[in-house]
Amino acid sequence: MLRLEARATSSASAAWLSPVLALTLTGITGAVIFLAMGKAPGVALYLYFIEPLTSWSGLSEVMVKAGPLILIGTGLSLGFRAGVWNIGAEGQFIAGALLGSAPAIYFYQSTNPMILPLMVMLGVLGGMAWAAIPALLKTRFNANEILVSLMLVYVAELLLIHLVQGAWRNPQGWGFPGTRMFPDAALLPMIVAGYRVHLGTLIALTVPFIAWFVLQKTSFGFHVRVFGSAPLAARHAGIGQQRMIWSTLLIGGGLAGLAGVMEAASTIGQLMPKISPGYGFTAIIVAFLGRLHPIGVLLAGITIAVTYIGGEGAQISAGLPKAVTGLFQGIILFYLLAFDLLTRYRITRVHSQASAS
Amino acid sequence: MRNLLRLTALAIASALMLASGAASADKLKVGFIYIGPPGDFGWTYAHDQGRLQIEKELGDRVETTYVENVPEGPDAERAIAKLAETGHQLIFTTSFGYMEPTLKVAKRFPNVKFEHATGYQRADNVATYNAKFYEGRYVQGVIAGKMSKTNTVGYIASFPIPEVIMGINSFLLGAHSVNPNIKVKIVWAYTWFDPPKEADAAKVLMDQGADIITQHTDSTAALQAAAERGVMAFGQASDMIQFAPKTQLTSIIDAWGPYYVERTKAVLDGTWTSGDTWHGMSDGLVVMAPYTNMPADVAALAAKTAEDIRTGKLHPFTGPIYNQAGELVLEAGKTADDGMLAGMMYYIKGIDDKVPN
Repeated sequence: MLRLEARATSSASAAWLSPVLALTLTGITGAVIFLAMGKAPGVALYLYFIEPLTSWSGLSEVMVKAGPLILIGTGLSLGFRAGVWNIGAEGQFIAGALLGSAPAIYFYQSTNPMILPLMVMLGVLGGMAWAAIPALLKTRFNANEILVSLMLVYVAELLLIHLVQGAWRNPQGWGFPGTRMFPDAALLPMIVAGYRVHLGTLIALTVPFIAWFVLQKTSFGFHVRVFGSAPLAARHAGIGQQRMIWSTLLIGGGLAGLAGVMEAASTIGQLMPKISPGYGFTAIIVAFLGRLHPIGVLLAGITIAVTYIGGEGAQISAGLPKAVTGLFQGIILFYLLAFDLLTRYRITRVHSQASAS
Repeated sequence: MRNLLRLTALAIASALMLASGAASADKLKVGFIYIGPPGDFGWTYAHDQGRLQIEKELGDRVETTYVENVPEGPDAERAIAKLAETGHQLIFTTSFGYMEPTLKVAKRFPNVKFEHATGYQRADNVATYNAKFYEGRYVQGVIAGKMSKTNTVGYIASFPIPEVIMGINSFLLGAHSVNPNIKVKIVWAYTWFDPPKEADAAKVLMDQGADIITQHTDSTAALQAAAERGVMAFGQASDMIQFAPKTQLTSIIDAWGPYYVERTKAVLDGTWTSGDTWHGMSDGLVVMAPYTNMPADVAALAAKTAEDIRTGKLHPFTGPIYNQAGELVLEAGKTADDGMLAGMMYYIKGIDDKVPN
């Protein structure tokens, strides 16, 4: 009979080593799976993890895909650190895209350069507003923020469908769901001609550094860290739980909303019934893979993005099914959680007498 | 000097690569973007059958590739571009939501030919194609009119677009041609492919008294949910008889194969031009699966109806047809032209429901 026993100390290096080990083991497990599928494991792994990084278009696509994941993941990691479990970033992403896109939809012929800053601002506000609901219900009625934020995802999805189907539908679109295309002034500028990297990508790459600075150098960051690791001490130090719930949810929601509006105003250029391939949920994996550390989230976002882009390339050049992409992401998380467990606990053998009772 | 040598070597190498690329370019690479997996046994499965037919008929003159489960939204453009970048000269994008991404990529790759299913926007290198599914739905309506005991048919609709609405109307016209008491209950699923949601919709409809289920979504889920309760239902996009051997009445089979082969040949011959194709039963694109689980006289009537549509003796939309307000939309004896159908955003008289907007 085996039992888990808490370790007296857990080392900081182990915390950083486990994602590396998890990735390595994922590679090995992947190789075994490819062998079983009758594919050359070396080629398949190359296609998944290396090939996307070997061309400019690949790199550009990785960054475009990583952008929203990093933005949302950074916001979520702040909350997770403080023990606030916002699972509904997907809904906040959509809410941000909805509110942020409103100017582009109502002023669809606008050439005013101020429309874009306005949209970005509204996008952040939209995400914040959506996250304020679980914050309010949590602080007022102690309603579980996991459930509330998750349920609001479906509300946001339906609201989006309702709008692109009805009031915001393109009148020239033959009744098909979807808004007009945004005017050029409402689109984020491209960085390099011929590639999809845009201003939003750059912003997404910068935000983790700002978050890192806030966490390390400001009293708010200190509060977040203390609140998560030692709630009792935090209470004695006068850090209000209510304030912590509000601020982390609003930051998380705001960043998700920012990601949403920037995605609508760049790669999509309109609103349609579906605007997110699950960014808000994948970002949860990203946050944990990045050890809830902003720079870690940056690296994790890129890693997960690589598996997406690689997965597509592997479909095209090796005929590997898309399911393998999800499989990889699952295996990474599985190993990561396993290592986390083992760095905090040790497995001890319990005598059979004890287990018989 | 060393650098110069290296540059020369690089230039030669890349020239060789280009040359070898040109040599293998004799083989036309044809790419497909799928909204679901080929294993959905519905919409995507039917397209994949078409792809396989290209391989079968054109053999070593072509090479085909597909990317599955590509969500409509920011990922679509990348997946389409990736096919174009990897030397695919003809690309079929097989879902409505790929319209804008297809056009965007087509602009970047003017020498690549694109074919977008079910859309309405074209370009010099973007053609559109669709099938007259409403012809098959009329036949289904006739069968339902004869088979229903509760006079209530459940209809799972995807999005309120002309394509879907004309299908509902055609179904009702078919049903009323043999049984004017038939009522159609409609559930909007707001998705093309979401098996659990499709199954739930079927259950709701059966709970409301529907004893026949039909659907405009992509999977086998609704048919299976009906089969579990022994309720008769229609398959969709492919012959789904193996999923409901005792309850499938028939199915509308999308036979894309001949069209795909024709268009691929056109690219090979250099005769491809953009345009819009809307084929139906007379072209062999819409085919009815065997009429099963019904009395012989109903099967014979269904077969005769389908044959009359195929030969042009019968048009499902033949006047007089009234809208829900009771206004005449099609004069007696006239048949609807393609333009009228393509803009059909209203229900006809006899449907107790409102088009959502």
